[in-house]
Amino acid sequence: MATREGEVLVEVREVWKAFDIKPVLRGLSLTLGKGTTLAVMGGSGSGKTVLLRICDGLLAPDDGEVYLFGTRIDNLREEQILPVRRRAGYVFQNAALFDSLSVFENVAFPLREHTRLSEGEITDRVHRFLALVGLPAIDDLLPAELSGGMRKRVGIARTLITEPEVVFFDEPTAGLDPTNSRLVAELIAELRRGVADTAIVVTHDIEFADMVADQMAILYQGRFVEMGTPAEIHRSANQVVRDFLAGQLREG
Amino acid sequence: MAWAETINRHLRESVVWYGGLGLLAAQVARNLALPPHYLKLVAREIDTIGVRSVTVALTAALFTGMVLALQTAVNMARFGAENYVGPVVALSILRELGPVLTAILVGGKVASGITAELGSMKVTEQIDALRALGVNYVKRLIVPRMMAAVIVFPLVTVLADFVGLVGGMIVAVFDREVDPYLYWNTIAYWVVIRDFLTGLVKSLVFGLIVTLIGCYNGLATEGGTEGLGRSTTATVVQVAMGVIISDFFLTKLLLILFW
Repeated sequence: MATREGEVLVEVREVWKAFDIKPVLRGLSLTLGKGTTLAVMGGSGSGKTVLLRICDGLLAPDDGEVYLFGTRIDNLREEQILPVRRRAGYVFQNAALFDSLSVFENVAFPLREHTRLSEGEITDRVHRFLALVGLPAIDDLLPAELSGGMRKRVGIARTLITEPEVVFFDEPTAGLDPTNSRLVAELIAELRRGVADTAIVVTHDIEFADMVADQMAILYQGRFVEMGTPAEIHRSANQVVRDFLAGQLREG
Repeated sequence: MAWAETINRHLRESVVWYGGLGLLAAQVARNLALPPHYLKLVAREIDTIGVRSVTVALTAALFTGMVLALQTAVNMARFGAENYVGPVVALSILRELGPVLTAILVGGKVASGITAELGSMKVTEQIDALRALGVNYVKRLIVPRMMAAVIVFPLVTVLADFVGLVGGMIVAVFDREVDPYLYWNTIAYWVVIRDFLTGLVKSLVFGLIVTLIGCYNGLATEGGTEGLGRSTTATVVQVAMGVIISDFFLTKLLLILFW
């Protein structure tokens, strides 16, 4: 099932989500077309990650509808969501590598689970994707032996190896030193022209968002206060957006 | 009304816990059919759960058998029934102590291990990573452990039963000077296969309960390292309570069904 240019891959309609009695998302909607990279920005605790998890069906909304590749997933069981989710990729903030498996086995994991490739083909593919994210062949290292930046790259390689049609990035530059943060940002900007052309990137890093995004959305108090191209966002007259860009936005 | 609120909270927590346990059990049932390469995981779990717990279970069984023989021999002598040491030890062990002690000891060890492992996977988002990669985590992580438990608990119980009987014999023969032939002969005469089988049925059910508790508490872990410590401790307590309490109802049920 290949997707066409411009086709809507992710759609979220009027989604509500609360934890205990604290509302996090309040009637939020978004659509993501093929070939678009959307950067969702907002202060910490604004619900960016929650939104991303809802898009991938990792979390069910309290109310509203979620469509992934045209399939409604918010009312499906975990087992029924799996085949849909397999076509998407999710990069976790802390990489979430399997700590008992080596780097090689981590990246090979989706192939071993879902394909019947031969050992030779798996090795080739894993090395190709490790090279793609700018890592040498560090096959036998364990995740605990890697630096934060390397771990993130391995996580990205593991997600991309099945060539997902949509990639969800959760704070890819957070928790890294400035150099590594820039390198990961450059990597994602580069991947955009190749294997990961459609993506939702959650971040509070404006510089990074400017590098990768076609579309930007500012999340504030459970809704998007502004949505548009980076240029439109930078010209926005909305006070919340201006505060955010100036680094002065506080979540209440 | 602070106490009313506390009671309210505890009630709600236990409803969540029992409900979660039930839902997980239902999920496991739905996902029972495993793809072939997960069978390797079952084998690995059998190794982790079973082989490494045998020593603990058997040592406990040996001494339980010995102390049982000691107590019954001394106290049955009061009624002049010293010859029945064998059957009393055997019935107690086969019907009750073999399965229960094995479940508590092996279960406590195994289930807390499972909770710690799954719990740390949960707090480091590795379970979510599995889900995001389109892997059925229940099938991959929970079902193999449950299957292994179904195989391992009865097997270890059989061994524990045997070692317990031998322990009883050692005391009967060397301490009370009972003839070993008489010991086994009275057992063979009074104890029927049903006594042994109901014990096995129990151990199977205990294995399922214990493993389910371990898995559920692991998956429900929240709040980082501290939460992990809390849920592991909770598992140890709940396993012991779960076995002891379900043992009563199970015994009653088995007596109704098979007496």
